[in-house]
Amino acid sequence: MNVNQQAHMASPYRQPQPALQGYSQPGYGEPPTQYAPYNGPNPGYQQGPAPAGYFPYSSLPSKALPATLASDLSSNSSSPLDLGPVRPSPNSGPPPMLTPQGYSQYTQGDVQNGPPTMSGQPHRPPVSQPYLPGSQPAYHQHYGAPHTGMQQMTNQMSGMHVSAPPPAVSGYAPSSHPQTSVSFSGVPSFSVSSQQNSPAASLTHGQPPSQPPFPGSPPLSQSPFPGVPPPGSQAQYSSTPPLPVSQPQYSSTPPLPVSQPQYASTPPLPVSQLQYSSAPPASSQAHYPGAQPPPASQAQFSGSSQTSPFHAPSSSFAPPAGAPRHPGVQPMQALPHSQYLSGPPRQPMQGPPLSQQNHVAPGPPQPGMAPGMQGPSAQPAPPGQGQGVHPHQNGAFGQMSGPQPGYGGSYPGPQNYGAQPPPPAAPPQKRLDPDSIPSPQVSELPAVQKTRHRIDPDAIPSPIQVIEDDQANRSSEPFTTGVRGQAPPLVTTNFQVKDQGNASPSYIRCTSYNFPCTSDMAKQSQVPLAAVIKPLATLPLDEVPPYIVDHGETGPIRCNRCKAYMCPFMQFIEGGRRFQCGFCSCVTEVPPHYFQHLDHTGKRVDCYDRPELSMGTCEFTATVDYCKNNKIPQPPAFIFLIDVSYNAVKSGLVDLICAELKTLLDYLPRESSEADSCIRVGFVTYNKVLHFYNVKSSLAQPQMMVVSDVADMFVPLLDGFLVNVNESRAVINSLLDQIPEMFADTRETETVFAPVIQAGLEALKAADCAGKLFIFHSSLPIAEAPGKLKNREDKKLVGTDKEKTLFQPQTSFFGNLAKECVAQGCCVDLFLFPNQYVDVATLGVVPSQTGGSVYKYTCFQVPSDGDRFLNDLRRDVQKQVGFDAVMRVRTSTGIRATDFFGAFYMSNTTDVELAGLDCDKAVTVEFRHDDKLSEESGALMQCAVLYTSCSGQRRLRVHNLSVNCCTQLADLYRNCDTDTLINFFAKYAYRSILNSPTKTVRDALINQSAQILSCYRKNCASPSSAGQLILPECMKLLPVYLNCVLKSDVLQPGADISLDDRAYLRQLVTSMDVAESHVFFYPRLLPLQKLDVEGDTLPTAVRDSEERLSKGGLYLLENGLHLFLWVGANVQQELLQSVFNTPSFGQIDPSMTNLPELDNPYSRRLRAIIENFRAQRPRYMKLMVVKQDDKLEPIFKHFLVEDKSTSGGASYVDFLCHMHKEIRQLLS
Amino acid sequence: MATYQEFIQQNEDRDGVRFSWNVWPSSRLEAAKMVVPLSCLFTPLKERPDLPPVQYEPVLCSRPTCKAVLNPLCQVDYRAKLWACNFCFQRNHFPPAYAGISDINQPAELMPQFSTIEYIVQNGPQTPLIFLYVVDTCLEEEDLQALKESLQMSLSLLSPNALVGLITFGRMVQVHELSCEGISKSYVFRGTKDLSGKQIQEMLGLTKPAAPVQQGRPAQPQDHSVSSRFLQPVHKIDMNLTDLLGELQRDPWPVPQGKRPLRSTGIALSIAVGLLEGTFPNTGARIMLFTGGPPTQGPGMVVGDELKTPIRSWHDIEKDNARYLKKATKYYDALANRSAVNGHCIDIYAFALDQTGLLEMKCCSNLTGGHIVMGDSFNTSLFKQTYQRVFTKDYNGEFQMAFGGELEVKTSRELKISGAIGPCVSLNVKGPCVSENVRLGGTSQWKICGINPFTTLGMYFEVVNQHNAPVPQGGRGAIQFITQYQHSSTQKRIRVTTIARNWADAQSQIQHIEAAFDQEAAAVLMARLGVCRAQSEEGPDVLRWLDRQLIRLCQKFGQFHKDDPNSFRLSESFSLYPQFMFHLRRSPFLQVFNNSPDESSYYRHHFVRQDLTQSLIMIQPVLYSYSFYGPPEPVLLDSSSILPDKILLMDTFFQLVIYHGETIAQWRKAGYQEMAEYENFKQLLQAPLDDAQEILQTRFPMPRYIDTEHGGSQARFLLSKVNPSQTHNNLYAWGQETGAPILTDDVSLQVFMDHLKKLAVSSAL
Repeated sequence: MNVNQQAHMASPYRQPQPALQGYSQPGYGEPPTQYAPYNGPNPGYQQGPAPAGYFPYSSLPSKALPATLASDLSSNSSSPLDLGPVRPSPNSGPPPMLTPQGYSQYTQGDVQNGPPTMSGQPHRPPVSQPYLPGSQPAYHQHYGAPHTGMQQMTNQMSGMHVSAPPPAVSGYAPSSHPQTSVSFSGVPSFSVSSQQNSPAASLTHGQPPSQPPFPGSPPLSQSPFPGVPPPGSQAQYSSTPPLPVSQPQYSSTPPLPVSQPQYASTPPLPVSQLQYSSAPPASSQAHYPGAQPPPASQAQFSGSSQTSPFHAPSSSFAPPAGAPRHPGVQPMQALPHSQYLSGPPRQPMQGPPLSQQNHVAPGPPQPGMAPGMQGPSAQPAPPGQGQGVHPHQNGAFGQMSGPQPGYGGSYPGPQNYGAQPPPPAAPPQKRLDPDSIPSPQVSELPAVQKTRHRIDPDAIPSPIQVIEDDQANRSSEPFTTGVRGQAPPLVTTNFQVKDQGNASPSYIRCTSYNFPCTSDMAKQSQVPLAAVIKPLATLPLDEVPPYIVDHGETGPIRCNRCKAYMCPFMQFIEGGRRFQCGFCSCVTEVPPHYFQHLDHTGKRVDCYDRPELSMGTCEFTATVDYCKNNKIPQPPAFIFLIDVSYNAVKSGLVDLICAELKTLLDYLPRESSEADSCIRVGFVTYNKVLHFYNVKSSLAQPQMMVVSDVADMFVPLLDGFLVNVNESRAVINSLLDQIPEMFADTRETETVFAPVIQAGLEALKAADCAGKLFIFHSSLPIAEAPGKLKNREDKKLVGTDKEKTLFQPQTSFFGNLAKECVAQGCCVDLFLFPNQYVDVATLGVVPSQTGGSVYKYTCFQVPSDGDRFLNDLRRDVQKQVGFDAVMRVRTSTGIRATDFFGAFYMSNTTDVELAGLDCDKAVTVEFRHDDKLSEESGALMQCAVLYTSCSGQRRLRVHNLSVNCCTQLADLYRNCDTDTLINFFAKYAYRSILNSPTKTVRDALINQSAQILSCYRKNCASPSSAGQLILPECMKLLPVYLNCVLKSDVLQPGADISLDDRAYLRQLVTSMDVAESHVFFYPRLLPLQKLDVEGDTLPTAVRDSEERLSKGGLYLLENGLHLFLWVGANVQQELLQSVFNTPSFGQIDPSMTNLPELDNPYSRRLRAIIENFRAQRPRYMKLMVVKQDDKLEPIFKHFLVEDKSTSGGASYVDFLCHMHKEIRQLLS
Repeated sequence: MATYQEFIQQNEDRDGVRFSWNVWPSSRLEAAKMVVPLSCLFTPLKERPDLPPVQYEPVLCSRPTCKAVLNPLCQVDYRAKLWACNFCFQRNHFPPAYAGISDINQPAELMPQFSTIEYIVQNGPQTPLIFLYVVDTCLEEEDLQALKESLQMSLSLLSPNALVGLITFGRMVQVHELSCEGISKSYVFRGTKDLSGKQIQEMLGLTKPAAPVQQGRPAQPQDHSVSSRFLQPVHKIDMNLTDLLGELQRDPWPVPQGKRPLRSTGIALSIAVGLLEGTFPNTGARIMLFTGGPPTQGPGMVVGDELKTPIRSWHDIEKDNARYLKKATKYYDALANRSAVNGHCIDIYAFALDQTGLLEMKCCSNLTGGHIVMGDSFNTSLFKQTYQRVFTKDYNGEFQMAFGGELEVKTSRELKISGAIGPCVSLNVKGPCVSENVRLGGTSQWKICGINPFTTLGMYFEVVNQHNAPVPQGGRGAIQFITQYQHSSTQKRIRVTTIARNWADAQSQIQHIEAAFDQEAAAVLMARLGVCRAQSEEGPDVLRWLDRQLIRLCQKFGQFHKDDPNSFRLSESFSLYPQFMFHLRRSPFLQVFNNSPDESSYYRHHFVRQDLTQSLIMIQPVLYSYSFYGPPEPVLLDSSSILPDKILLMDTFFQLVIYHGETIAQWRKAGYQEMAEYENFKQLLQAPLDDAQEILQTRFPMPRYIDTEHGGSQARFLLSKVNPSQTHNNLYAWGQETGAPILTDDVSLQVFMDHLKKLAVSSAL
């Protein structure tokens, strides 16, 4: 049996490993071989630089652009809008623009942008070729790609360009008008090329209309900026009727102008659009409106650009949606449709009927419009689009004020402010837009009046839009890390990373890639400087795992003073005889065996042969000096500790675990070079007492050893407890067969807990190795033993000052125990199966301080939760893990890592000690200034993790990252990563509730965010009305995400959430990386009505709001822990049939946890998507089918985070208003 | 009436009693002057094949403070159906069952020949015998193997329904659960942490879930189901246990260089005691401890695990240099008491070349009536045979072991009990019979948890009758021993022995008393007193005390002229006594020289529990001489008996030495016994072997068998025992054919006697 099983099982499990093997195989043991693979790239690399002038690029562009951009942006942005400008320039806007330019020769400017933007591979080839004749293919991809722009881009571009060419320049120009303009001149030609690439039709369409407008617009925008333009926007706000329409809302409009300019430059347009798009298409449209006619087209295009990916699907929907909504816009239809599709989804999502009606009205005009795509060019377009409104949303939120019911009252301020400009200002057209947007239902005219009352959700920055834009713009080209201070694409974007000297974003993400030079600036901006580090992150299969470097007996080369490890930041001097540390500037002798000559540029000749000199991430083999007690460590051990009390047995858990372990033991983690895992295993069962098992291979039967002396735990046996799986296979199987039998009739309900950990710890001590404990536990440990707990769940404390005690452990016992565990390298993973309160806050102390994980399966039942548990267990057992790890973050002089968040223990202020560190664990590190940083040298950080691999090797993994430093706040705001910021905020807040009431914590968060935004407003967006809500492009999602954090179960619990769940989530979030925290706080909601059943593209997600759900639709929602399939009451029968194999809504079984396996394309595709989702997350998500209006629906609705929550959490719109008020208060 | 010798013998055969005095001085004062106290050796369960137990309950005196059992000495009024208690003179009615009583229809207990009678009492459920093996796993491989085999073998010797349990220990202590199929299960305790009995029971899961609701229902059956996990009938788990024993491994924990293995004997015993205490209180049970070395950790440790610190010697103890001695002794003492209270006995089988801590642990066996057996290795016949002999069966096919004995002593008014010395523990029952001058026990009841037909107690009495209140002529003093015990057939039995002796006025009838002196019993009883003192006093003090007693006795009963040693004479009934004392002084029971503390403890242990014959052998070994000149004959234990042409067989109880004289040894070396014509020589060589074999077959523990010859190194066993009548000091003996000189400075019997006489007649004393 076993053999067979193994064989079978092996393949699936091992599959992943092969990959690893492959990678490791290169054999790091031997230098030559090791590098062999590595060299490959290097040469390419080297060559690249020479011809392409790679360096020049980086250097030139980076500096030049940033500076210009910064200034531009700051100015522009301030006037125009917010984020729009900022973001665009770095991310989307510039890239396209630049890219083209780059091609054309604007590379310099592009540099920064170029790479990021790279999207259209197809184009690249040509582009790249022309661009870099000499450059090699590799190069092309990186550099070429960006320029070329993705197909999508092209499309967009084309569209955009068309209109944009002129504007684009301007758009970019905004940042640097003069430059842009210049570039522009060049651009046109470019645009052509792009056009060629893109469908001619679309281009043509787009172009004509857009162009005209743009031409006009660009000037407009430009003009405004220079002097009036802002006014223009302002004017709008203030009152400028014409512009106002969009502008009003737009307070952001200013951005429009800006954006427009961007748009003007074709690429920018897309960019801007993208940005806007994020804000919701509307915004983009809005921009356009602001921009006037051209915008419209642009808008469309923008839409198209956005939609481009989705054209197909959207098209179907688009018609209705688009039509209804934007009468004016419709003109664009042709384009729009497709565009709309993308955009549309939202619209349709919203109360279809209503919106439709509303739209309908406009509709008529649209048609007219549509035909004359040009229509858009006409002013109507902007208005019609109402998108104008959207733009407003993006930029200014002032409008939002009035409309909302609850909120309006509370925040009169915003109303006034917001309301004033827009409504009044809003010209009829614009009004229409705004009106329609804010209250789509209302007829246009009336809308005018009502504008104040309500803010159109579509008009405020949309996470979906931002995500989509980033995905569209940045996923096609690899992200090369060679340039300092580049912000990587969003975590939601799929992109490949090329390590060229800085660690991949998979390993490290920073809240900002441009650190303020001084602490004063940092204080002023209030932007936390933090990095989320995931040292052992699993890389995508197409990326090369870190190379392993062996420096021989002396160990890794290090700086004499700060002990930083050899890395690309070390500067070799004196002909290579010494090197200067990039962190502390200390000069250290190069050991003779490491000596190498320098080339004429001061680089070591072997730079590219040595991963540690050329890569942002590499791994050193550690010498015995790096081992505990100066002894080479033993291979680690896994100990499985299984609760066999009555509850656990009855629920079928014990059976399940034992059955699973039999196969799972074949897949213990191992080095890719090894055939078998070195990890030894041991087994313990327990209830009130502990049962150890002797599974020595020489025994015919396992032996059980009961330890009842739980007060003073010890390990009763030495030999035979920890065994090699293969050697003891028969005995282990026999044991696993017998455990369920032995306890089948147990009556014991009480359990112990602390002694269980102690037992594992003692076992590891006795074996003198590190290891991991897998504890499967079911109930509150009330049996007489150390660490005995009492039930202290007291909901009355929630919301009081004493609430914090509920998150603190009941006793300090576990803290001390954790300390011991860490000292031994004993990591604890806890699987909880509670039927009632188990005090996760206390039980989780040890796991959370030893780098372990807690898994919780409330009211565990095998049929419903079995899959989830088994998958979690499998993953947890198999995942790559390091033991006995110490992590240290070194930084340039000037900043210092001061605070750490995550699952670890710290015995001093610098060393993060992790008994276990697996590939899913992230540590967030906060930096603070202790001196000045210089713009020249930037800020460097090196995260070194010393750990024991699963084969018992001691290794050092080193991640290096450099970021820029700035003296202008605008630079800071332009390079922020909101997702990372949220990760930091969440962790910070979740830790703070241990010491402060949740309300205080929430208020502090709001306050800090308000300060961040107000600082931006004050310093980077000066010339605008106080009533405008202006957000930095990079942070335009900050409010929505922040609101999600604030209303999360931990910070604002509903009545139905248990204390355990909160404690559980609190600990869970503590070690989340950015991708996880992102989806955790802002769940992904996919409409499934129109699935691309053939391809592998996903439908565009929709925003987490009930308004976006259509009764006739199916939606999939995931947040990394839960997976819901929401079924609308009016879903078509065929759809139900193909998904559930039942034609009737009523017959859908809400208890199913997996979809039936049906042989139709739709079902296959849907299941594939679900599997895909599950595979992306570290934890298996159980599928819950939620039927509309079913009793389970409230649970689902809880995750629609843009809506008001039952626990009192504000809706997005309300919160935005609140933020606005806060900001205004700060400003005044 | 025959001689006193015969009288004594007869009494011993019938009642198992040997009194130091068979006629009792009638006043306290006189008794005090007799030097040797009024005392007896009592063998409660002396084998009496001719004594059929009766199947009813004894009739008790109705006086609450008395409760003596109806016996042949009671006066009975058959017509009135009354009987008078001969201890308290209470008049009692016979119970209804005795309605048909008459002088021709007497119940057995009234017949004179039934001065010892055994009742079988039927009450309560019968509980099977319990054997709990406590096995040290820190042994050498061969030792462990041998031990395992012996244990497996022992299973076949147990009655099928006997309960067995297994505890193994090394660094940890494992209590093996025997009930489960498939997986073998054990409860493990760390060897360093002392646990109370209650804790142990909790940890073993023996405490029943509190169900006080059903008080009426006895929890007995449940009790067994719970405990059954650890103690199972042999017939059920025979195979399992055999396998389990077979799989026993040496303690797996590594023993670093220069260290002793960590051995948790103390905790293992504690857990064994706790386990039985919780499951079978007041039920016969044997805890059998097999250990191969000293306890080295936890409570009860006697030596650290550093090999460089040797285990304590007498020298250390005298210098108060034994770090763990007191603590460990106290620990084991407490354990022994707990065990004794519950009627469980503890056997210790200590087989190791070095000491194993018997000194500290001895009380475990001493107080509970368990065995101690000491040897060099489990892989010797000494262990194997001895262990097998534990399960010896009597003529009825029952084990010669009984459990949970409780001995109660009643005395007539002139007497009081002052104590007992033997494998028993006081139950601290005060009563009218208990002497005020408490020396030993201060009780009239003792617990003898493990008892066999040879177990013999020394009982000491005090005459309390005042001088001015003489006992009427012909009056008799009576003593009743009531022994309740659990027979190995699991029956509960009561054996009652009632004896009476005449009173005599010591002033007028001293010669009667003198003639009724049992010098053998007196020697043993005095020796027990001495050994008992030696446990707590310095060796020289004890010897001095013993000497003084001897001198006083000689002064009292010797006939001499003052200050004329040569005139000193002792009557026949005292003639051997000084010689016993001489050998006693040289015995390992009082001399620690050349013995380790463990050995001393071991010897003393056996000395205070064996019957008179064996005790005498221990005091004065028996020496037989084999030669061509006649049949084997006992010879003096004297160096003069060591002759070249003789083979000697010495039995010291602990050793059997066959010593070939110089000539014999040469002949044997020359191989004469192989030649047909020297058949007689072969027979001569064989004779002592056969005799030795006979002793080896029966004695428990099996003695060490030593075959040596003149000049052999092992001859020291003989040379150290014989009276050194010829030494290198009295040169005149050299070269004479009168024996072998002993190289010693010890005084010879001759010298001893000379001094004794001198002192006895001295008027200075």
